[in-house]
Parts: sequence; structure tokens; C-alpha cells
Amino acid sequence: MRAVDAIMECLKAEGVEVVFGLPGGANLPTYDAFVDSEIKHILVRHEAGGGHAAEGYAKATGKVGVAFGTSGPGATNLVTPIVDAMMDSVPVVFMTGQIRSDLLGTDGFQEADTIGITMPGVKHSFMVTKAEEIPRTIHEAFYIARSGRPGPVVVDIPVDISRGEIDYVPVTDVSLPGYQPNIEGNAKQIRQAAKALAAAKRPVLYVGGGVVLGNASEELRALASSDRFPVTSTLMGLGSFPAEGQQWLGMLGMHGTRTANYSMDGADLICAIGARFDDRITGKLDEFAPNAKFIHIDVDPAEISKNVPAHIPIVGDVKSILPRLTSEYRAIGADSARLDGWLTTIEGWKKEFPLTYSDTTDSEIRPQYMVEAVYEATGGDAIICSDVGQHQMWVAQYYHFTEPRRWINSGGLGTMGFGLPAAIGAKVGCPDQDVVLVAGDGSIQMNIQELAACAEEGIAVKVLIMNNGCLGMVRQWQELFWQKRYSHVHMGDYPDFVKLAEAYGATGIRLTEKGTLVEDLRAAIATPGPVVVDVRVTEEENVYPMISPGMAARDMVG
Amino acid sequence: MMISESGTSEKLSLEELHASVGVRSGRKHVLSILVENKPGVLTRVAGLFTRRGFNIDTLAVGPTDDDAVSRITLTVDGAVHPIDQVTKQLHKLVNVLKIRDLEPADSLARELALFKVTVDGPQRSEVMQICDIFRGKVVDVSKESVIFEVTGTTEKITAFDQMLKPFGLVEMMRTGEIAIARGRDET
Ligand SMILES: Cc1ncc(C[n+]2csc(CCOP(=O)(O)OP(=O)(O)O)c2C)c(N)n1
Ligand SMILES: [Mg+2]
Repeated sequence: MRAVDAIMECLKAEGVEVVFGLPGGANLPTYDAFVDSEIKHILVRHEAGGGHAAEGYAKATGKVGVAFGTSGPGATNLVTPIVDAMMDSVPVVFMTGQIRSDLLGTDGFQEADTIGITMPGVKHSFMVTKAEEIPRTIHEAFYIARSGRPGPVVVDIPVDISRGEIDYVPVTDVSLPGYQPNIEGNAKQIRQAAKALAAAKRPVLYVGGGVVLGNASEELRALASSDRFPVTSTLMGLGSFPAEGQQWLGMLGMHGTRTANYSMDGADLICAIGARFDDRITGKLDEFAPNAKFIHIDVDPAEISKNVPAHIPIVGDVKSILPRLTSEYRAIGADSARLDGWLTTIEGWKKEFPLTYSDTTDSEIRPQYMVEAVYEATGGDAIICSDVGQHQMWVAQYYHFTEPRRWINSGGLGTMGFGLPAAIGAKVGCPDQDVVLVAGDGSIQMNIQELAACAEEGIAVKVLIMNNGCLGMVRQWQELFWQKRYSHVHMGDYPDFVKLAEAYGATGIRLTEKGTLVEDLRAAIATPGPVVVDVRVTEEENVYPMISPGMAARDMVG
Repeated sequence: MMISESGTSEKLSLEELHASVGVRSGRKHVLSILVENKPGVLTRVAGLFTRRGFNIDTLAVGPTDDDAVSRITLTVDGAVHPIDQVTKQLHKLVNVLKIRDLEPADSLARELALFKVTVDGPQRSEVMQICDIFRGKVVDVSKESVIFEVTGTTEKITAFDQMLKPFGLVEMMRTGEIAIARGRDET
């Protein structure tokens, strides 16, 4: 069998439905195999688009995403999605073509050291040196990408190797002696954690993207309801716990709610679940949660005590650990009344410090209102993607996610241009759901070329551009921390997004009226095919509240 | 701390809980790392140190009795870096098979060094004597120079270096430490 046909067999065996990519000289043989394969390929217009689409697909479906690119510039264009996937622990296999093995190291045409360039940003990578190794390597790549803490795996195949013929024997097992993710979770530690929870008077469950990645949303809800534990979530964990009801504190961190941040500050026990104490969460590390002891549950042992020392570390899969923690806790029969004082304090904060903004009295659309309108128009029931900037924070604050895998954004790396291709990936993975992208007028331009892929493939994503005419988040920082010395944050009048949408074969709509915004958005979302809506919003509006960089949670402003 | 049975009413007090890891040990650590003998593995190990901001003090790489496996011995200053973070990050590399943080009391560490000194006349015999004391060997002699070979702990070699410095030391080569567990157990 041709090695490239074996590649298709392997992808099929891994359950791959779709590949996002763009061909070139070094992966011509592989692209030839697509002609006769059942595996769907979506032609993107830029490899970064393909990489982010694979991420969006993976985030929405929980399956491994796959992106292809050629050697040299094809591979370097994939660097951003690779690092993005690393930061957010997204399972994606990136397969790159490489120049002929006999030319390696000679600066041959379109040679780039893909393995070297991507090394610091991958979970693992493989350079294939023999055609016979291709099937095993692909299966190992998928296994590594999806197991343990998920992440990106690069498979680099020189073009002469992919031209080879092999005796294809399906691979049924992988053997990676140096890779054995621990998923069990130590029973004693789990019992200890239950006891600590029972002893705590001011507990908080601090949950992160690991709960979404580990498909443990149900298990988290069961733990939370085993008592009246207050729950806060990171940007990446939104949706793992419903953003409503008494126990929900709102998102925490730099643009989290005061209630969530004050709760962390006052807690005597914090149970971190699939979260990694990033600086956007902790603020000033020395003053983070000064009264708390920490339970830290994570599948990656290296996260434990990396930033904040854990008192009760539990390494393993949240999905298996949480139910055991819940039943241990229930068995103790702790007296819930001990939480009364704490919950009253929290209720007080919620009343005193709700998320608010000053709405307009005329037809001008506040960006926060736009998100509320999107919530209304979608019934809170769409897969919402975003780019990076103020709009991302406002969606996180004002779109109340109740289910996991409904919120797709670039958290760790904060990659502008992530949104549109990620929405494409989500829509391809979940064709029956509405996929709505809330984009920034800056960010959307970083991968807008993928509208062509939407139009050609009939991928009906609804792009709502929150158009504030500027690189809003940077403008906010210049306003607050650089004395309003605005430097290169205004983007002027171009492009005309409506015309651009039409040029790309999408429907283009412009909205400027607050009064009819909900209905107009509803109509736009109901319009078949890809739609781009240019929503004009207030320019000078800031995301609040805010923990200024390097400050403590107590010192939130706004 | 005792862990009681599931569901017992025995209470735990939060005050009793202590965070045990993430601390700096304050001493040098010798890590003996078994890795798959594949292209790029050393780059992955070294790259990880760069990316995480850890410093490698010495590094030695060599084969083992198994062709498919190499050994990397490296030393890290535990006063500067939390050693458990270093080892946990290393463990995440798919090609790393085993890491042993060798306790000084339970292991032997040795380094080999070559010193080239320019000496003549009466100084030459003085230098030779120092070499003797350190159980070094003279491995090359010319009219103006002598080369010594010394093996020993890092401390011993550093001491020898100090002694030779006043005599016109031309250059010094050190291998970095290798180490082995004492007793019957494998490293
Ligand atoms: C690729 C990339 N370049 C630069 C930045 C820095 N940055 C963060 S937010 C932001 C502004 C984004 O503007 P826009 O997409 O219009 O969103 P807004 O903040 O206005 O809602 C910039 C430039 C980034 N995150 N990513
Ligand atoms: Mg903007």
C-alpha cells in the first residue's frame, strides 16, 4: 500500500472525520491520497486558519482535531495554533510535510526545522524517518494528544518517506515507555480532601478548563451540590458549572467579579479543580488568597505547586476523582450550617457588587449590551466563540454559560485571529448547533480570509463583529496605565465589513440601533449560510471590574 | 497524619495542613536521567531547561548497556530552582524514561578534568607534588607545559584548580559529573 493511503487508514482508525489544511510541494503525496479517501478535507486559506479550526473542532467536540500543512512556510504558519493548543491543552495532531530527507540540513527549498521551531510549544513531536514507521507514529501522536493532559503533537514527514510503499498492518496498540499519564487519583488524598472540605468554614471551588477537557461537568455539579459549596471558574472553565443560582460566584481573575475575587481572598479552603493558578487569576502572588489552604486536583503533576503550594495534591483525571471526592464528602455527613456565615457574606457581595455598566439612553449600543442582546437572541443556547480583547471579556462576563464546550476562546495564549477559524471548526464538528462568533474588529482581520472557506464549504457561522473602531483592550490599558497617550490603537474606517463579507460570498449586515438589536441579531443568526454582522458599539468603554496587573484581588477597581 | 476510615466523624483541622512541595532544597542536585536514544532528545531536555528558566550547572551524556537508552547526568542548583518542578517538567517529556534525584549520601559522583599548566624549573616539582596529593596523573609533558588528569568529586576538582591557578594555568577541561547509586540497587 502507498504510505499515504496508510495515513488515511490510520486517520480513519482514529475516528477522524475531517482534516483542515492547505497543500504544498512537501505534502503532495498525502494530498493525492485525499482524492480517494472518505476523510473530509476542508481547504483553508492560511495554515493558521487550519490550525485554529482544528482547535475549535477539538474544543467543541472533545475529539482530536487534525491540521495539515506543507514544509517551510506551511509549517511556520502553524506555529501560532500549535502554541495556542499547548497553552489551552487542546488535543490536535499537526501533520507537516518536510523536504526530501537527503536534502535535510542543506537549506533546501522550503526547508524549515519544523521539529526544532515547534519543540518548546508541543506536547510531543515526531520526525518520521522510515515509511514503515508512519502508521505507528500516527497512532502514537493521537494517543499522546488526547490522553493525560491533552495537547498538540506534531508529525513531520519528509516527502520521500511519504512516497514510500509499505505493508500496512493496522496498529492496535501503542507502546510509549516514557509516557504513562497518572489518572487514578490517590484514595488517601481524596479522603483527606473530603475531610478538609468538611472542616472548612469558608470553602470555594475554583474550577478551570480541566473540568471541560476532562468532561467532568456533571461530576463537578454533583460535588457542588453535595453541600452548598460556592463555585467560581476561570475563563477556560466557563460552562462547566451553570452561570446562575446561589452557588455561582461568577468568573474570577483580572476581569472576574468582585464576589469571586473577594471569595478567594477570604476563603479558608480553596479546592482547585483542573485549574493552574495563572497570573491572570492570582494577581500579586504573595497576596493571593492569604487565608486559604489548597486542595489541587490536576491530571498534570507539574501543575501542582508550580505557582501556589498545594496542601492536598491529587494527581489524576477529574472525571474519576470528583465522584470519589463527592461520596467521601457525603459519607462524612458534615454539618452544612457551618457555611451559613460565609454564604451570607457572599450574598452581601453579590448584592453590593453586581456586574454593571452605564447603559445609554439613546440608540447607541454599549458593548456589554451587545453581549446581553446576543444572549437574548440565541436563548443562551449557541456555541459561542470569540477572538481576543475586550469583547472576549465582556462575553465571558455577560453571556451566562450553562453547559460545557459552548464557550470557545483562546485563553492561555490570547491569540487574536483565533475566533473565525475556531468557529469554523466548531460548526463542522457540531453542524446541528448554532455557532456564533463574537469577534473584535481588530482580531477578525487576522484570519478573515477564512470567510472564503465558509462560503465555499457552506459553513454557516454567524460572525458578530463588536466594532469599537479600535484595538480596544490595548486602548483601555493606554487609557488606564499610560495616561491616555494613545499609540496605534485606532483602526480608522476600513475595511467596510459589509462589503467585505459580500465579496467573500457571505451575507453582510450593519447594525447601529440599540432598540432593535435583539430582533436584528435574531434575524441575522437565522439567515442561512455564513453571515457577518458589523455591530457598531461605543468606542471608549472599559472592561470592569479589574485587578490591575501585579495587584491583589482585594484591590479591584471599577 | 493518620487517615481514618471513610465516613468517620474524625475531624481534620485545616491548621494541621502543610504544603510540602515547591520548596528550594538549598543544595546541588545530581539528576540521573534515562532517556530513549533518539535524535533530538538532548535538545528536548536542554530546551526544557531554557524555557522554564532553569540553569544546568553540568551535563554529561553517555550510552548505557542498552543501545536504545542513553543516560543524561545533570546537576542543578536546588537553591535557585524548586527541584520537584524541574523533575516533574522533565517527566513530561515523552522520551524521558526515568529520573533519579541522587541523594548525596546514597550515591557516588565523579568528574574528570584535564589541566594544562606552563611551568619549568623548581615550580615544576612543586606542581607535581600538588598533583600527587590530589592523586592526579601527569599525562603529557613538554618543555614548557604539563597536562594533569584528575578525577574526583566536583569539590576536589575545584580545589585542585584553585591550587594550580597561581602557576600559569593555560586551560582546564571538565566533563561534568556522572553519578551512580551506592550499593546493589540500580541507579
Ligand atoms: C496576535 C496578537 N497580537 C496582539 C495582541 C495584543 N492585543 C490583545 S487585545 C488586542 C486588541 C484586540 O482588538 P479587537 O479585536 O478589536 O478587540 P477589542 O479589544 O476592541 O474588543 C490586542 C492588539 C494579541 N492578543 N494577539
Ligand atoms: Mg475592537
